[in-house]
Amino acid sequence: MPVERQPPSSEDLLLEIRDLHVHFPLDEGTVKAVAGVDFDVYRNRTLCVVGESGCGKSVSAQSILQLVDRPGHIVQGQIRFHRHDADGSVTVTDLASLRSSGRAMRAIRGRHIGMVFQEPNTSLSPIHTVGNQISEVIRLHLGVDEDTARRQGIEMLERVGIARPAQNYDAYTFELSGGMRQRVMIAMALVCSPALLIADEPTTALDVTTQAQIMSLLQELQADFGMGVMLITHDLGVVAEMADDVVVMYLGQVAEYGDVDRIFHAPAHPYTKALLRSIPNLDFDQDIRLDSIRGMVPDPFHRPAGCPFGPRCDEVIEGRCEAENPPAFSLGEGGSVRCLHYEEVALS
Amino acid sequence: MSSTNGTLLSVRNLSMFYPMRAGFLQGHRGEVRAVDDVSFDIQAGETLGLVGESGCGKTTTGRCILRVVAPTAGELWYHPREGESVDLARLDTGGLLPWRQEIRMIFQDPFASLNPRLPVLEIVGECLKVNRGLRGSALEERVAELLGMVGLRPEYMRRYPHAFSGGERQRIGIARALALNPRLVVADEAVSALDVSVRSQTLNLLQDLQNEMQLTYLFISHDLSVIRYVCNRVAVMYVGKLVELADTRSLFLTPQHPYTEALLSSVPKPDPRVRSQRIVLEGDVPDPSQPPSGCHFHPRCRYAVDRCAEETPPLRETADGHHVACHLADEIELVGIHG
Ligand SMILES: Nc1ncnc2c1ncn2[C@@H]1O[C@H](COP(=O)(O)OP(=O)(O)O)[C@@H](O)[C@H]1O
Ligand SMILES: Nc1ncnc2c1ncn2[C@@H]1O[C@H](COP(=O)(O)OP(=O)(O)O)[C@@H](O)[C@H]1O
Ligand code: SF4
Ligand code: SF4
Ligand SMILES: [Mg+2]
Ligand SMILES: [Mg+2]
Repeated sequence: MPVERQPPSSEDLLLEIRDLHVHFPLDEGTVKAVAGVDFDVYRNRTLCVVGESGCGKSVSAQSILQLVDRPGHIVQGQIRFHRHDADGSVTVTDLASLRSSGRAMRAIRGRHIGMVFQEPNTSLSPIHTVGNQISEVIRLHLGVDEDTARRQGIEMLERVGIARPAQNYDAYTFELSGGMRQRVMIAMALVCSPALLIADEPTTALDVTTQAQIMSLLQELQADFGMGVMLITHDLGVVAEMADDVVVMYLGQVAEYGDVDRIFHAPAHPYTKALLRSIPNLDFDQDIRLDSIRGMVPDPFHRPAGCPFGPRCDEVIEGRCEAENPPAFSLGEGGSVRCLHYEEVALS
Repeated sequence: MSSTNGTLLSVRNLSMFYPMRAGFLQGHRGEVRAVDDVSFDIQAGETLGLVGESGCGKTTTGRCILRVVAPTAGELWYHPREGESVDLARLDTGGLLPWRQEIRMIFQDPFASLNPRLPVLEIVGECLKVNRGLRGSALEERVAELLGMVGLRPEYMRRYPHAFSGGERQRIGIARALALNPRLVVADEAVSALDVSVRSQTLNLLQDLQNEMQLTYLFISHDLSVIRYVCNRVAVMYVGKLVELADTRSLFLTPQHPYTEALLSSVPKPDPRVRSQRIVLEGDVPDPSQPPSGCHFHPRCRYAVDRCAEETPPLRETADGHHVACHLADEIELVGIHG
């Protein structure tokens, strides 16, 4: 039974990324970590970004918040953030043009766009209490006094399912379990009710039972706050459970974009198809041997000429795929695919 | 799937308690009950999965079997191809020497487990030098053969680990584990750090090698979809205890322990048309230095009755080959993956 999903509405547009390029000029050469990426995030919807390590998921997310590590920088493209105000007006800002430490970016980061990363340890300070860290965010953005910040902070901890919230508000993060730390991160990211939540592999380091807790929590919070979620993961099971829309990345590009049902049930890109075939399934009617994608992801200094997936692709068109890097062809209903097989589909 | 021909290792009442570091709970001297009275058999030729959340004692069980540590209590009866069975738990370093060649390990982290200063020839060849006295071209030939078996080019033996990708490093780790023709391989989260496509290549390789070399695997993983795919039988651990042991199909389709049921329900299903019925467990896994009374799972179990907080349920056989440690195993209907 297909789960009912509505198509996105343009009034709910939150983030439009267009032709984003992010490079790391290193001694060995330039890493084109993000090489022309387009996607949209909507209010009340979850976009999952999926792909194997190194394909540019994290760097894409970091670009939105201007948090790319040096020497990496955005070399081209737009990141248009649509701010919806209470009176119904919408203000559009190109985040790609803002300075990382500038006032405008700091007013958005943590306030209108919240973020959660894979490793809570690197984002949480070991020498401050949970409460210090949450109240700092609240006071910075909402300008409230200490007591109000404390009250709101404890409320938020309770909301994300932290037991004994008042007591844990005064705890140090090293006193908490991995799952609890990840909840604290989520509480910090959501305490200012951001319009957009970016979560980069928030459950990858956790056990499935804790992952189930966190995913249920994210779904509840989205239903309550109506936020848009950009969820980065390499786990296709998580994608199937959480996504409305899916971006499949390969070597810094969006190989395929579309709604979750189509991606899983009518994948277009040979890479998407191969990824789906290579996941072990819990089903017992499946063959006992797994399919795998031959070869491996090329290193970033040796990007193949032509289609980036060419050297591993089973559907190569001789004479063309080695020469042309396919643009994104429309598949209708907002979906798109970067593969030469869909050139005609797009034209017709 | 390989045929089974007898028991390779019988683990009996195995316990491993670590003394707790003083300091945190000043004065209180406790112990971490990492593995607590665990018994199971590993059949020759099978892949036995060991699954459970982090901290439940999987790695410690593996380390006891490999005798990296000396267990606090219990027996580890190893049944060699020829001759008398030996209790590895009682042997000293000298006595363990011959058996160490037959029981080998593949580690989780392909980055941390290879010495970055040694070329592949040394990494894979070291145990061949030490145990087989191989040198020079004989050594190189054997290392080349091993690299070929794991799908790496023999020329790569001169390279250092940093020149390889994660999947390739894991293959080097596998070649090293297989160098001495072991019988039992303990693979601890061997594919957990790998991406999907490399993971499936590695799992296929492990299965091919099992068939070619008649290997037996103890396959430790927290990932149930991987377990389901490679294992003939599965043992589930919770806070140092074995709570369920069954053939893979029965365990996934008709689990009998409430913890197994919850674990299975938490695995995200890769199909958006399947609405998952997650059983969200409250709270965290208990601390193994202060496990709950009675059944360790009772504070999180939705079926728990008064008795569960008082009596520890023993592991007992409820159906052919299906073992479970739950007081209510005969009374409750649990849901498997087809829920
Ligand atoms: N700080 C950095 N310095 C140099 N290269 C980087 C840095 N961060 C990311 N990269 C490179 O950018 C590419 C994309 O990385 P990333 O976005 O982290 O991938 P993913 O999150 O999909 O695993 C990779 O080739 C990676 O090596
Ligand atoms: N060397 C050690 N000293 C003290 N405690 C340990 C040691 N090794 C593991 N433990 C503890 O034993 C328990 C089981 O750990 P482990 O066997 O690594 O679990 P798993 O592999 O299932 O994650 C954990 O609570 C862990 O902290
Ligand atoms: S463009 Fe060619 S190489 Fe690239 S995915 Fe399509 S068929 Fe494969
Ligand atoms: S013994 Fe009781 S608490 Fe333990 S699993 Fe069974 S029903 Fe739950
Ligand atoms: Mg990343
Ligand atoms: Mg472990």
